[in-house]
Amino acid sequence: MSALPTSGGALPALRRWHAAPYLVTALVIAGVSVPLYAGMTGDSYLVAIMSRILVYALAAVGLNLCLGFGGMISMGHAMYLGLGAYIVPVAADLGVTNGWLQLLLLVLAVGPIAGVVGAISLRTRGIAFIMITLAFAQMFFFLCVSFKRYGGDEGISLQQLSDFGVQGSGKTGLYYALLATLIVVIAASDRLKRSRFGLVLQAARINERRVGALGTNPLPYQLLAYVLSALVCAIAGFFLANLTGFVSPASLAWTVSGELIVMVVLGGLGTVMGPLVGALSFLLVEEGLKALTEHWLVILGPLIVLMALLLRRGLWGLVAGREGGDAR
Amino acid sequence: MSPDFLLTQLLNGIQFGLLLFLMAAGLTLVFGIMSFINLAHGSLYMVGAYVAATTYVHTESFSLAVVASVAGLFVLALVLDRLAFAALQQRDHLQQVLATFGVVIFANEAVRMVFGNAPVYLDAPAALSQPVSILGFNYSAYRLMIIAAGLLVALALHLLIDRTRAGMLIRAGASNRKMVSALGVNIGWLNSFIFALGAALAGLAGAIAGPILSVQAGMGEPVLILTLVVIVIGGIGSVRGAFFGALTVGVIDTLGRGVMPTILNALLDPSIAGAVGPALASAGVYVLMAAVLAFKPDGLFPVRYT
Repeated sequence: MSALPTSGGALPALRRWHAAPYLVTALVIAGVSVPLYAGMTGDSYLVAIMSRILVYALAAVGLNLCLGFGGMISMGHAMYLGLGAYIVPVAADLGVTNGWLQLLLLVLAVGPIAGVVGAISLRTRGIAFIMITLAFAQMFFFLCVSFKRYGGDEGISLQQLSDFGVQGSGKTGLYYALLATLIVVIAASDRLKRSRFGLVLQAARINERRVGALGTNPLPYQLLAYVLSALVCAIAGFFLANLTGFVSPASLAWTVSGELIVMVVLGGLGTVMGPLVGALSFLLVEEGLKALTEHWLVILGPLIVLMALLLRRGLWGLVAGREGGDAR
Repeated sequence: MSPDFLLTQLLNGIQFGLLLFLMAAGLTLVFGIMSFINLAHGSLYMVGAYVAATTYVHTESFSLAVVASVAGLFVLALVLDRLAFAALQQRDHLQQVLATFGVVIFANEAVRMVFGNAPVYLDAPAALSQPVSILGFNYSAYRLMIIAAGLLVALALHLLIDRTRAGMLIRAGASNRKMVSALGVNIGWLNSFIFALGAALAGLAGAIAGPILSVQAGMGEPVLILTLVVIVIGGIGSVRGAFFGALTVGVIDTLGRGVMPTILNALLDPSIAGAVGPALASAGVYVLMAAVLAFKPDGLFPVRYT
């Protein structure tokens, strides 16, 4: 850790406020112990719901790269979640069942798609960018709906999950792989936020014209952030398909894009830990409301409105204070 | 493929395009002038359809149903504007997206609670239920009425925007709202009026779409997203752009679904055509949008000069 510049440590911004590292540690311990607890009590539902939370946390961390750091309001990131999920049956169809090769395929497929979609979308800003990302996501939604080979609008159960060559690990193994991926990606997003790349990205969010005037064209940075965030979402989708053994266009629905934004904002826009906290609290509230009433969406909708109007810095922002003197 | 079939498809495309125009005309002004991203415009359309369906059940008069929907949505929009949306306009786009997203979720579920999951049916008025024959070509009288209504609204909006003082303010607001405000125009009133006008048009669209599409919870979102495509193609804030954009999108989408499979079948192996056809048809509109943006990022009829 001493190789890192300035104050040292992987998460100096969190060290500033002394409760934050304890919270992070508690979250990691809770994450690790879920399957152990489930193994003791035989409660497999808990692992399923925690896996779902981790998948959406990973996707939200991905979206945060683009939305939080870059200020690019993408209303279409569910598309990458869905594309990552569809890689599993499509690759199996092509005879590729090795998980690592499938991940390679995912990068090779989603990377260029995100590059093209990002390049076209970034020709616009503001309202138009929101609408274009939404429209592109709808395009891929309808593409998935129309491919009868993969179940059309009803989706398809996977005949063959990704094979990572680990015998008998099952859902628990997948859960730990997901947890490890999430920790690595969160640590990477912390590094990225403080790197030159991250600084240019955040500066462009605050004032794009000034960044340009200072001699840096922000566009390549924004595009790269968009593609990176798409890839993280796709990896989350890849896990989602393997965890549920099922893919359907529902994972590309525009409401999923909206929910991902809600998670990022709820947790704390542009903070490192925010997306995880946001996904955790959003999905737990969702589970609670579902247990309460069949018409839980009637309560969730107004809660989202209230959050949008009142919670400007997000839950993590309330707990951890201003991370690294962030401007918002 | 007979010429009659092609002509029917083309007219269906125009009819669908004009329906999209009713949605897009109001929303493009809300985006352009108020700089307010309202995802709940599709919900206004849905509420309009339900108001019409409910009125129709009680009065059995289609014209009353349309009037109730238009007037009801105009008033509802004024109330919503006072309650929440005027405050939302001061917030940034992300908060607007989230808040209106919450409204959409609420509205869909509320409708499901009140009316149930099953679609509600709204009959076309008896006078328009038979097809009409034009030079030996039969076409649905009701759809012709939609085309006529759409063109009429387009003409009325053209007169309002290009010939009246209010329209002049709307145009000025679309290109620079701060300057209009600085010149002493009460932009708050203008905003409320535009928002209510857009809602009334969405109500009209919902009411007249009732007899040809099913009235059910969540019906607004597919239309909303195509409306967004129309607005992006036409240029944000431009009613003229919304008109031509809507017609283009309506015709391409309808012809894509109706005619493209036949063409592909002739060109390709049927098994490939069967797999690719629907995908291409549903993606056609979005490819068009990407192509327009690649060359003209501000849309075909840009209005904003900042």
